[in-house]
Amino acid sequence: MDALLPSLLFYAFAGVILGSAAFTAFARDIVHAAFSLLFTFFGLACLYLYLGADFVGLSQVVIYVGGILVLLLFGVMFTGHQTQETEKRTVNFYWGLALIALLGAGMVPALLKAPWAVKSAAELPEAKSTISSIATLLMTDYLLPFEIASLLLLMALIGAVVIARGETKTDEGESPETSA
Amino acid sequence: MTIGIEHYLVVSLVLFLLGLFIVVTHRNGVRILMGVELILNSANLNFVAFNRYMPDSALSGNVFAIFVIILAAAEAVVALAIVLAVYQQFSTIHMDEISNMKH
Amino acid sequence: MHLLEILSWLILALPLAAFAVQMAVGARLPRYGDFISIGAISLSLVFCLLVFFRVIVLEYSPDYVFAVSYPWFSGGSIEFRWGFYIDNVTAFMLVVVGVVSTLVHIYSVGYMHGEENYHRFFAYLGLFSFSMFLLVLCDNLFTLYIAWELVGVSSYLLIGFYYTKHSAANACIKAFLTTRVGDVFMFLGILLLVLYTGQLAYHDVFNAVAHGEISGTVLTIAIVCLFGGAVGKSAQFPLHVWLPDAMEGPTPVSALIHAATMVAAGVYMVGRMFPMFSQSAEAMLVIAYIGLITAFFAATIAITQNDIKRVLAYSTISQLGYMVTALGVGAYTAGLYHLMTHAFFKALLFLCSGSVIHAAHTQDMREMGGLRKKMPITFATMLIGTLAIAGVPFFSGFGSKDAIMAGALAFGSEHGAHMTIFIGLFVAAGMTAFYMFRLIFMTFYGESRNQHSYDHAHESPASMTVPLLILAVLSIAGGFGLYGGLWFNHLVVPPALQEAAHAAAEHGGEHGGAHGEAWIHYGAMGLSIFVAALGIFLSWVVYGVKWISAEKTAAAIRPIYQLSFNKYYVDEFYQKIVIAFVLWIRKVLAAFDRIVIDGIVNLTAPLMRGGATFSGGFDHYVVDGVLNLGALIVQAAGSVSVMLQNGVIQSYILKAAIAAAVILVVHQYIQFWL
Repeated sequence: MDALLPSLLFYAFAGVILGSAAFTAFARDIVHAAFSLLFTFFGLACLYLYLGADFVGLSQVVIYVGGILVLLLFGVMFTGHQTQETEKRTVNFYWGLALIALLGAGMVPALLKAPWAVKSAAELPEAKSTISSIATLLMTDYLLPFEIASLLLLMALIGAVVIARGETKTDEGESPETSA
Repeated sequence: MTIGIEHYLVVSLVLFLLGLFIVVTHRNGVRILMGVELILNSANLNFVAFNRYMPDSALSGNVFAIFVIILAAAEAVVALAIVLAVYQQFSTIHMDEISNMKH
Repeated sequence: MHLLEILSWLILALPLAAFAVQMAVGARLPRYGDFISIGAISLSLVFCLLVFFRVIVLEYSPDYVFAVSYPWFSGGSIEFRWGFYIDNVTAFMLVVVGVVSTLVHIYSVGYMHGEENYHRFFAYLGLFSFSMFLLVLCDNLFTLYIAWELVGVSSYLLIGFYYTKHSAANACIKAFLTTRVGDVFMFLGILLLVLYTGQLAYHDVFNAVAHGEISGTVLTIAIVCLFGGAVGKSAQFPLHVWLPDAMEGPTPVSALIHAATMVAAGVYMVGRMFPMFSQSAEAMLVIAYIGLITAFFAATIAITQNDIKRVLAYSTISQLGYMVTALGVGAYTAGLYHLMTHAFFKALLFLCSGSVIHAAHTQDMREMGGLRKKMPITFATMLIGTLAIAGVPFFSGFGSKDAIMAGALAFGSEHGAHMTIFIGLFVAAGMTAFYMFRLIFMTFYGESRNQHSYDHAHESPASMTVPLLILAVLSIAGGFGLYGGLWFNHLVVPPALQEAAHAAAEHGGEHGGAHGEAWIHYGAMGLSIFVAALGIFLSWVVYGVKWISAEKTAAAIRPIYQLSFNKYYVDEFYQKIVIAFVLWIRKVLAAFDRIVIDGIVNLTAPLMRGGATFSGGFDHYVVDGVLNLGALIVQAAGSVSVMLQNGVIQSYILKAAIAAAVILVVHQYIQFWL
């Protein structure tokens, strides 16, 4: 009885994640798909918390929901929400279905059969807060990747501005970017 | 029934397949980006789940997941910028119509 | 850091920096930046002289060696190091390269004045100087190979400097490809040595050879392969064909690269490798005879050429043959000494010819004549160079050539069968004197054969004549190396390893000339004076006072004359080989066509006829069916590949993913079923 509630929680999260992801995949309207993605990300965040990864879960909420999803919605808006009902949304639809069926058929038995070197659920240690440990790791063992990641973000920022600005020539500060 | 690593792996696999399906079939560039995000999230779920279930959990999986999130953020920004640039250039975001690199 | 180490770095860095600056901003600098190149190379020369002073004058020891090496990278079991190796030979070579290079830089200011791409010319000169210094200074085979290719590249760039001229473009390609043939052999040789000894640095390799880690046939093959590089670079027979064509480059380039330094690199390399080369008597014999053939045949060709630079080119080939022969017969000191003296007087001759060409606006000697009065400095200096190369006493060429002859004579007196080498060199020396004075008489004496160009001829500017004068002094002074205290002889002794000492001594080394039997030394000296005098006299008779008509003589010995005039048809021979090879391939393909394709056709025809006797329609259906089937298959393949390459990225992802999925599923379920 002890284990039933956590199990039910897992199935509930998994159901939310997969259901909303499937809606993202098959929805006709792209705005619906984007909002459905919100539930996927939230469900994943809950699953992370469920796994004892509190910092990752919180980052998931902040970055994915707060950042990337908003960005995707902006993308939808900027590129025109103009797709007509009659227009074809997909290519190779049945090939895609066949592909995921084939891949699923190949991978499910593989990952069920594999002798994972893991502990059973019963002997898992009590989950503790990981935040301070992760902070220590980032400043010690992973300091170089951490710094490189910050550099990468800076480059992505500049790169995105340069790419998205397109062909608008900037002459003596007339461009809106410099005045902003 | 207790939840083992396999449960997470199956969820992650299905998430990955849905993401791949989106990438392969949808014409809209922004939708394709959503698929890519799903794929990255499925990988993240694997990292975190394995971190929990591995005997010596030194939080490496969590740290990797964080780096993947950072990477995903950078990727999303640049990819959306590219989609916008493509939209300006070709007046469409249907990726199957943009085949100028053929030959 | 040791002083020599610092100096080595500076010597290398300055020309390279000049190259970089000239390439980057040379076109925008005042005077196109020639002062930068000249300043850099002059400083390099100063440092070379410092090295010379430090090594030769202060140490004055035959076995002084300074070596330093730095880790480079490690691959497999070999750790690559590179470094500097400075001994007496290095010091001598540094001075030779530095002096000639600096003088050519200065000379080029006058000669190349107003040319297009003036700054690029100096950039290339800088690159060449850097590569040549590296080649001289380096201490291992790998760096040697790199420097070797670098000088090849700069030579290529400089030959093709007038790249808009068709013949120059062809000549630089020819030079590069011909020397490549030799370089491939050299690389094979280096690989063999590394394979067997696991070492790259000269001294480790020599030690390994001395300890017998590589010996016998393999060693001989490795040595001959290495020598192949020298054959290419030093224009030895049969790869000499590129050097005369390389004269398409500007004359200062001919003087620097194709007379004094780069072509001598092969000889220098053989000299460097001498402790190893002397381990294989067979290989040494091959080297001696290659050198002899080169020296002799090039001399005979030089007699009949009319282009002033080509005469000098063939004489260069011939003199390089001398050096190679000297090393081959074990006259190590003599060979390297000739390398030094030759660098000075041949550079002088080339620069003089450049001065003449500059004035006469032609390279054809038949168009010249009587220039003696118009260009007194050029005439005087060129005469000094000619006297030096002809082997007249008190000029530098006499000492070195005499030493080589003595070495060959000593070798011949020991191994009677190889007296041919001495005789061949002896005859070639006479021819050298003859064709060099032919050049002098045709160019500077008599009356002009082209009044127009004679009228416009004038002495060259000071930037050109001053280098000539300096080189002329060196062409005389260089001769006192052997006679003024024998210091070259004292400092450059055959490097012999402990175990190798006997073999080298047995081989009848250079010491035949120095402290061998006296008759060899004086005999060789007397004979070489005699033969030089004879050559000069004959030349005077034919071209000076014209007692014997050159034309009539040529007509009398027409077949031989034609052979020489056409350079023994070596070029044509190569042309024929290439063409024959292409024709052969064509023939093979034609044969395939005839036998296999036609055979199938011929075979089907009777079959079809036979079938037709059974049923008229059968033939029709089979042939058409096969054809249609073939067409269908091609069409299907075409449409499939068109489908694959539709330009839509998503479909590419789809196909790749499906392929992966299929592999995965097959892998999974075959395991299940088995």
